Amino acid sequence: MTQRLPAPRFSAPLRASAVACVLLAALMGAAAVQAETLRWARSTDASTLDPHALNNGPNHNLLHQVYEPLIIRTADGKLQPTLATSWALTSDPSVWEFKLRKGVKFHDGSLFTADDVLFSLERARSSSSDMRSLLVAITDVVKIDPFTVHIKTSGTTPLLPDNLINIQILSAAWARKNGVETPQKASAKEETYATRNVNGTGPYTLVSREPDVRTVLKKFPGYWGTGLFPLPIDELVYLPIKSPATRVAALLSGEVDFVQDLPIQDIARLRADAKLRVNQAAENRTIFLGLNVGAAPLTYSDVKDKNPLADVRVRQAFQLAIDRVAIQKAVMRGLSVPTNIIAPPFVHGYDKAFGAVGKADVAQAKKLLADAGYPNGFGITLHCTNDRYLNDEAICQAVAGFLGRAGVKTTVVSRPLAIQTAAINGQDTDFYLYGWGVPTYDSAYVFDYLVHTRGKNARGATNATRYSNDAIDRQIVSLASEGDSKKRDATIRNIWTTVQKELIYLPLHDQIQTYAMKRRFDIPVNPSNTPYFKLFKLAEK
Amino acid sequence: MPLLFARRLGQSLLVLLAVSFISFLVFRHIGDPTISLLGEDASLADREAVIAELGFDQPVAVQYLRYMGNVLQGEFGVSYRLKRPVVEVIAERLPATLELALIAALLAVTGGVILGVYTAIRRDAWLSRALMTLSLVGVSLPTFLIGIGLIYVFAVELQWLPSFGRGDTVQLGGWTTGFLTASGWASLVLPVCTLAMFKLTLIMRLVRAEMLEALRTDYVRFARARGLPEKRIHYGHALRNTLIPVVTITGLQIGSLIAFAIVTETVFQWPGVGLLFITSIQGVDVPVIAAYLMLIAALYVVINFLVDGAYLLVDPRLRRG
Repeated sequence: MTQRLPAPRFSAPLRASAVACVLLAALMGAAAVQAETLRWARSTDASTLDPHALNNGPNHNLLHQVYEPLIIRTADGKLQPTLATSWALTSDPSVWEFKLRKGVKFHDGSLFTADDVLFSLERARSSSSDMRSLLVAITDVVKIDPFTVHIKTSGTTPLLPDNLINIQILSAAWARKNGVETPQKASAKEETYATRNVNGTGPYTLVSREPDVRTVLKKFPGYWGTGLFPLPIDELVYLPIKSPATRVAALLSGEVDFVQDLPIQDIARLRADAKLRVNQAAENRTIFLGLNVGAAPLTYSDVKDKNPLADVRVRQAFQLAIDRVAIQKAVMRGLSVPTNIIAPPFVHGYDKAFGAVGKADVAQAKKLLADAGYPNGFGITLHCTNDRYLNDEAICQAVAGFLGRAGVKTTVVSRPLAIQTAAINGQDTDFYLYGWGVPTYDSAYVFDYLVHTRGKNARGATNATRYSNDAIDRQIVSLASEGDSKKRDATIRNIWTTVQKELIYLPLHDQIQTYAMKRRFDIPVNPSNTPYFKLFKLAEK
Repeated sequence: MPLLFARRLGQSLLVLLAVSFISFLVFRHIGDPTISLLGEDASLADREAVIAELGFDQPVAVQYLRYMGNVLQGEFGVSYRLKRPVVEVIAERLPATLELALIAALLAVTGGVILGVYTAIRRDAWLSRALMTLSLVGVSLPTFLIGIGLIYVFAVELQWLPSFGRGDTVQLGGWTTGFLTASGWASLVLPVCTLAMFKLTLIMRLVRAEMLEALRTDYVRFARARGLPEKRIHYGHALRNTLIPVVTITGLQIGSLIAFAIVTETVFQWPGVGLLFITSIQGVDVPVIAAYLMLIAALYVVINFLVDGAYLLVDPRLRRG
């Protein structure tokens, strides 16, 4: 029996090619393993991952990375097709047609169709949804074919697309399977699946969620927008850091890459740091003072027999006493845009004439007060927040100083937002600081909440001024269904003229929002304070 | 003994009831309860509906009785802000606070006792004097300032330690621990120093004062006269007798370490129950606040009970009573 020697395991050429393969793999590996992680810090966490549960900034901020609505609004204010590719009014002016995007997958692999839109809009309109107020005009949503829906509204609703920018689309099948057909009720005894689980169409999927600690998202390989958007970030780590000093320290020490909520006094220092980039832009938020103009005497004043603020001359005196430019320079360190209207310039209905800020005139203010019967001024309490708006307490103290110059002795009472909103909702304040944003980019939103009589026609919820004008109320209600844009604009103009003349509010400024990040990122400031991470490019690539 | 035990139990329950009732009185004044449930542009009707749904339109007594009824059935409610059962939320966050408090307590007690004994025995050494001066700093600086200062020096400038968070944690059953990872220990250093600083200096000064007092007593003089070695006098006799007030103070301080780690946890974004509490106050998350206050009250009651028990160990004279 001959014994064959065993053949050598690897012949020379085979060995050489093996080495080549390993080298190639190493090179490719070195190039591929450059996963881009962005550690992103804000002051508060999203409270829940259910997109219809709470209509507030931090929740939308996080959920816009994993879920998507039909339309989004980008930083330049334009509406961008997302899950809807186009939309238009049909021949019936109360029906909108939305064409939906084809080939979109949810994170679990299922396909997006009109059924999901029907389901999601229904869910967002349900009684336990907090997105309901934006969809009151909708009466019905009808599926025409798997990629077309008709949305029926009561009357003409020219602004329907603007109201849909924060209404996320869920998978109907997933929601039904996990028992989350409606958002969790306030009095629920148990948690629902959607509180900590996500199945959206967005560019990132949820890897892990520890509320108030860390939420990790990673890029979704099946995302429809891959190739259409820069999408430079592979992994997003969301880190809520409550203390402003710690947030800034974490950026300076390199532990986070991008910080959204910056305290004003640290911005100069961050600008001076060569390793960091600071971007800023006007925010969709106006800070203003509200006045009780009702007939009854004030609760928080030393004038007991009547209401001094009911006299328009007193309100004019207040207006003339407050120096908004000085507030911008000294209190806001330049980070505000003084304005005289509760609507930033990009809001439909804004007019430079309305927004123009006049010079402060203390002498004239004193004269007006004397004319109104208060030659020695009077005392009043200014209710302020201390944890919500940029330098809110300092603004109030500056206002108190200015009013003091004119003879009005102002006592500043500052408290957390929770107590301020309770006071405003309960009309338990006579003079207060507040802020308001306009997500629909249309003046009707401001009127609905701040100008309309409180409690009528489901409007006026945040109107603590006790201002009630039937004619204005009728005009405000007409805005919701007026199809003729010229007529509508004229009505808006008319309402603003009245509001500006009556001075029920004293707008102070539009906030300027600042973001700070490591130099190689360049994330533009979005006026709604919701950056879309799929849209920005890295600075050095 | 059983009678004593039953009496203490009864007293503890009374304390818990009182704390819970007082907290309910306070809840009407912490602001709008719908702030975590509804956004800024919810309508008045929606707000009123939610308030009615949660029972906030009822008088305080009715709300309180309903809440206590639920508590007795083990139902602490669902957090308004996080939309999850309160018990789960607190149980998830408790390990972080307990670990922080435990290490801080160990540091404060051992450091305080050792330094206190040293500064008492070697009163006039320059190190003693330096420690006493530094201890004044520790007692008078607010926790917030110490925390921010440590972050500035060690995280921003030197970049030796992390400025926030707990690092990587390991899940062991229901407990998340930071003790098993390097980043967990690195994250513990600054918060523990911040939290323990005040207690350490307090215990150090207390032990020093008590030791000095004990070293002046007659029995110590007689022991010296008898020729007992110094070490035995200091540790076997003087130190043991200083321990009673130290145990009392330390017991209460440990309770406050857990309860009031709030500031340290906020500065370092330490995900414990203190940070949960302060966030819940801002969000008017009444179920979490109520449960937290009852938990802290129960904690103090248990600690007091244990402290009283510890007396029996330390002071033989009490065992007969």
